[in-house]
Amino acid sequence: MVYQNENCFRLNDQERSYDIDVYMANGGYEIWKKVLAGELEPAEIIEQVKASNIRGRGGAGFPTGLKWSFMNREAPGQKYIVCNSDEGEPGTFKDRDIHRYNPHALVEGMMIAGYVIGASEGYNYIRGEFWEPYQIFKNAIEQAREAGLLGKNILDSGWDFDLHVHLGAGAYICGEETALLESIEGKKGQPRFKPPFPASYGLYGKPTTINNTETLASIPMILAKGGKWFNDLGVKNAGGTKLYSVSGHVNSPGNFEVRMGTPFKDLLELAGGVWQGRKLKCVIPGGASTAIIPAEKALEMNMDYDSIANAGSFLGAGSMIVMDETTDIVKVCRNLSHFYWDESCGQCTPCREGTGWLMRVLDRIIDGKGRPEDIAALKDVSGKIMGNVICGLGDAATIALTSAIDHYEHEFMHYVEHGCSIFDRK
Amino acid sequence: MVKVEINGQVIEAHEGDMLIDVADGAQIPIPRFCYHKKLSIAANCRMCLVDVEGAWKPLPACATPVTDGMVVRTNSPKAIASQKSVMEFLLINHPLDCPICDQGGECELQDVAMDYGEDVSRYTEAKRVVGDKNAGPLISTDMTRCIHCTRCVRFGQEVAGMMELGATGRSEWMEIGTYVEKSIDSEMSGNMIDLCPVGALTSKPFRYTTRTWELKAHQGIAAHDSIGSHIQVHSKNDKVMRVVPHENEDINEVWLSDRDRFSYESINAEDRLTKPMIKVNGEWKATDWETALQVAIEGLQKAVGNDIGVMASANSTTEELHLLQKIARGIGSENIDFRTRQVDFSADAKGFHTPGLATAIADVEKQDAVVMVGSYLRKELPILNLRLRKATLKGAKVIAVNPQAFKFNYDLEQIADDNGMVANLAGLAKAAADAKGDNDALLANVTATDTDKVNAEALINAKNSIVMLGQIAQSHADYALLTKLAASLAKNTDSELSILPIQANEVGANLVNFLPANGKNAAQMAQGMDAFLLMGLEAADFTDATQAGQAFKNAGFVVNLTAFDSEEARQYSDVMLPIALFAETAGTFVNINGNKQSFKMSVKPQGDAKAAWKVLRVMGNMFNLAGFDYTHTNEVLREVLDNRSTTLALAHLDAEMVSANNDSKVVMVAPYQMDAMVRRAPSLQKTPDANVATMVGGQD
Amino acid sequence: MSTKTNIIQGDIKKRIDTWIANYPEDQRQSATMPALRIVQEANGGSLTNDLMDEIAEYLGVPPIAVYEVATFYGNYNHKPTGRHSINWCNSISCYLRGGEELRARLEEKLGVKPGEVTADGKFSIKKVECLGACGGAPMCQIGKDYHENLTEEKLFKILDELE
Repeated sequence: MVYQNENCFRLNDQERSYDIDVYMANGGYEIWKKVLAGELEPAEIIEQVKASNIRGRGGAGFPTGLKWSFMNREAPGQKYIVCNSDEGEPGTFKDRDIHRYNPHALVEGMMIAGYVIGASEGYNYIRGEFWEPYQIFKNAIEQAREAGLLGKNILDSGWDFDLHVHLGAGAYICGEETALLESIEGKKGQPRFKPPFPASYGLYGKPTTINNTETLASIPMILAKGGKWFNDLGVKNAGGTKLYSVSGHVNSPGNFEVRMGTPFKDLLELAGGVWQGRKLKCVIPGGASTAIIPAEKALEMNMDYDSIANAGSFLGAGSMIVMDETTDIVKVCRNLSHFYWDESCGQCTPCREGTGWLMRVLDRIIDGKGRPEDIAALKDVSGKIMGNVICGLGDAATIALTSAIDHYEHEFMHYVEHGCSIFDRK
Repeated sequence: MVKVEINGQVIEAHEGDMLIDVADGAQIPIPRFCYHKKLSIAANCRMCLVDVEGAWKPLPACATPVTDGMVVRTNSPKAIASQKSVMEFLLINHPLDCPICDQGGECELQDVAMDYGEDVSRYTEAKRVVGDKNAGPLISTDMTRCIHCTRCVRFGQEVAGMMELGATGRSEWMEIGTYVEKSIDSEMSGNMIDLCPVGALTSKPFRYTTRTWELKAHQGIAAHDSIGSHIQVHSKNDKVMRVVPHENEDINEVWLSDRDRFSYESINAEDRLTKPMIKVNGEWKATDWETALQVAIEGLQKAVGNDIGVMASANSTTEELHLLQKIARGIGSENIDFRTRQVDFSADAKGFHTPGLATAIADVEKQDAVVMVGSYLRKELPILNLRLRKATLKGAKVIAVNPQAFKFNYDLEQIADDNGMVANLAGLAKAAADAKGDNDALLANVTATDTDKVNAEALINAKNSIVMLGQIAQSHADYALLTKLAASLAKNTDSELSILPIQANEVGANLVNFLPANGKNAAQMAQGMDAFLLMGLEAADFTDATQAGQAFKNAGFVVNLTAFDSEEARQYSDVMLPIALFAETAGTFVNINGNKQSFKMSVKPQGDAKAAWKVLRVMGNMFNLAGFDYTHTNEVLREVLDNRSTTLALAHLDAEMVSANNDSKVVMVAPYQMDAMVRRAPSLQKTPDANVATMVGGQD
Repeated sequence: MSTKTNIIQGDIKKRIDTWIANYPEDQRQSATMPALRIVQEANGGSLTNDLMDEIAEYLGVPPIAVYEVATFYGNYNHKPTGRHSINWCNSISCYLRGGEELRARLEEKLGVKPGEVTADGKFSIKKVECLGACGGAPMCQIGKDYHENLTEEKLFKILDELE
């Protein structure tokens, strides 16, 4: 059987799961109270988070406990905890549902994280289009404040914590953590070069920890049930549960919270299987920035970091884009390349110039004006972007495309040779 | 210190230094566009990617701090591949219009492309075209050529302190520019031309006039303010084509003010006086030097014994000023002065105080507190203002006591209310005196406000502090009093006191005693003299230009050594002798720190114009004065090398407190009205700094 | 320099001030994005240079810094929009589920292309990148509301019901 909804989505089947009374009736904020009462020390929390083996759920998969340990809690001066809810990677829509169904887990997670790293202020960066999730989250903050769980000298603990929201305004790049910080500062969301890293020079130049929504919302359960509990839900190198966003050619797209290591086949089944009775062609397993995995391999892989890496891709944010056998992979690549061209921040040369180059060549191929050397050029230009850029966006723009050429070069060639798709009967 | 290995060469470096600086120090070339040693690191062009052992990705040398044992290759296949990749990306949307681009020949992109570019572009898609906006009279834009290095944007934010350019939009449609139609108004704007690695920002006055490889470069010293910025004069066929900064870390670093950069236009102005002219029966006649000088000498000799006024521009060279005062004194006139914008000369009774900055220019950055008395420093001495700006970025407190608030490009406290400068400065001085228990009689009836106390406290607590008097103070009706108050404030706060020389050679003028020791000062002379001997001066150089013009007109005989012909000069002169401008002569300026900076002639003077020192030498001979047998400016200079600056006890000037607010009597001067040259530089004249109203009100 | 517009007053000023208070005292620039959004809404869905200048002056930042932000983020409009701005998701999951075809039908129905406003000023269409609701593809955002699992019938019904 497939275990579902053991963590962030555990309240999803309850009415008004976003209200504080429902959350508290289910054990919510108990950990926060223990923390404030001094029953759970920051060092112990970090130990538990390390033991849980949770890795950053935004896509990069950096161990959360380790990230927290980079901050010197006792260092004087302002520090910040920042939540990255700028969910914009095509295929990813899990954090939106955390805001809608379990916002208090996020509030509590941010408060605990802030306490651990010594930050008395937190910002949740929500993409501006998420108006409804923002309203729900804002309401959750107010409820927590009214309950005395947020503000000055919380529950007479001597600890202050205040939580704010910053709304994005339509820029995928702000999901990159330093671009996100720039954005909160009221600037363009252009990634900073690193070092220095946010742990030493973050928001307003102050030490800052940035975590993904799902990561932070998982913290209360990890601490309630113990790091070991969480770790044991998953598999080696991948503790716990994970939210998988399944979209594309399936019968019932949606978010599914299952355990790490769940077979892809099972996840596909939860999503109702490939639609219209068709066969699976391939899947993009971690959002638009990850490599395409053809059906044969996909159907054998499990949903965890190592297994997907073995299949030639990356778990990313756990965003499964499913494609059926009728999918024109060249047009998929064009759609993706348009995304990266549009969303490139424009700051560094290879990404600014290269993403447009890729898109235009793909446009031309699809227009029937492709040339045989175009396919090599796409790979070559991709190679020239890869690794030469400031942040991951430029790299990401090349990954799915390169893998598509690797697996389906004949589809590109068909366009070049016949001026049309392999699916066009000409 | 750590050891880094670059291309097999082991180099010692400070931990945390950026790789590119370490490589530069060892003269290991790394290509770059966005990096500039005077700007913050952007790491956006990616041209400086190098191969660092242990890193899977190539790393930007500009943003990679060195660590001990780091092994770097700037020329490994991996590094070269990355550099070539970036080059290819930079070129796909860059127009191949080098033959019509002004940057051609000094273009960093062109240079680097020679090493890292391919012969043929594989890019066959449409190239990007970016619309241009008019950025004002000094900078020409061609933004299709822009490679988005953001040096210009960072310069505005970080150095000029005035964010005028930005990068709007995103992705490949990101554009550098002003977004709206707006001129770039910084008084340092021309530096963006130097910073731009490509032909996106070029000099509008210079545009399309010549190719850069046809230019001859000459070292020079800027001739419009007391900083003495180092410059290169670029000429072609003995014509000055442009002026650019020459790096000097102690003085102007790599920068140049727009005034010093664009004033050269007047060298080639239409109204240059190119022939000696004499007035015969009310008619002007061009003549030869011999005739003109004969007329001049005879006219002046007739006036000997009467009141002869001898005045010169303080942008004249030390040699010129020395020879002119020597002639004046040789023919018995002590009426010698250059201070044409000063009103209150009461301090002269005690003697003369050589102006100067009490610290090295570079050390202004190290100040913790500075009081500006009567100064819009940003427009008076832009380079010094940059140094002060840097001090403020490090936390220095700056207080300005002025007749009105100005638009400075850093945070400061401006005291500019209806009480007036005297009362406001007195309040501050009083607070300092109170804090030190000094019963200065001058301040007996002055009361310090709480703000004064806070400010005085800040000055007292500052490790390094300066009280400086600027041009506005020096042209104030209560200048002596302001000086005395400033001296009191400086004394009680342990601050240095600096009377800022404004024009290029005020210090030199003081050193050669171009001052009326026992004669009339500039203001007195402007009330009327029997004869005048003028050098590089016009009525517009005087606070009361009308009065000065009238005095010249009324004088019996006027000899005018001038580079420019003008209707006004024709009205009052009897002889006009065409003299060389700064790039056309050799000489020496003594700067704000007393540095004697000599320079050679860059181009020949226009027409029959001659270097003024040569003219004066001949005049000395014609007057039969002894000691005028010079063959070189060095010999003139040698005569005054031992001259020392003079100091006065400024705290003991004879000045009494006044209750009147005389601030409104100050005649402000816009930076591009300061001297005859800048008044004739057409491009500068089109900017807001060409007149007081727009200078003060027109900029953010 | 005083600005040409005076939109930041009353309720709008209050709303912007609330956002300013959301950030540290010396970080008014942080409120640039919310201020742009609030002013854009108050101005019927788009910004003008004068409005951006007013925001710059109110927040005490150089105008160019506001232009940079206002042109970087996709949600700020610099051309008038319809009363209901339809932000049509263009990205992969919507594409896979017929988003492009449905957008073509939408364009037909309204008689406008992306970037255009209907003659009655009621609607405008804007192509946007992934809106983070791929589970409901194809989808779009009208005003602030998401509309998911769209079919032609469902979409047209929504449009017809809007004022």
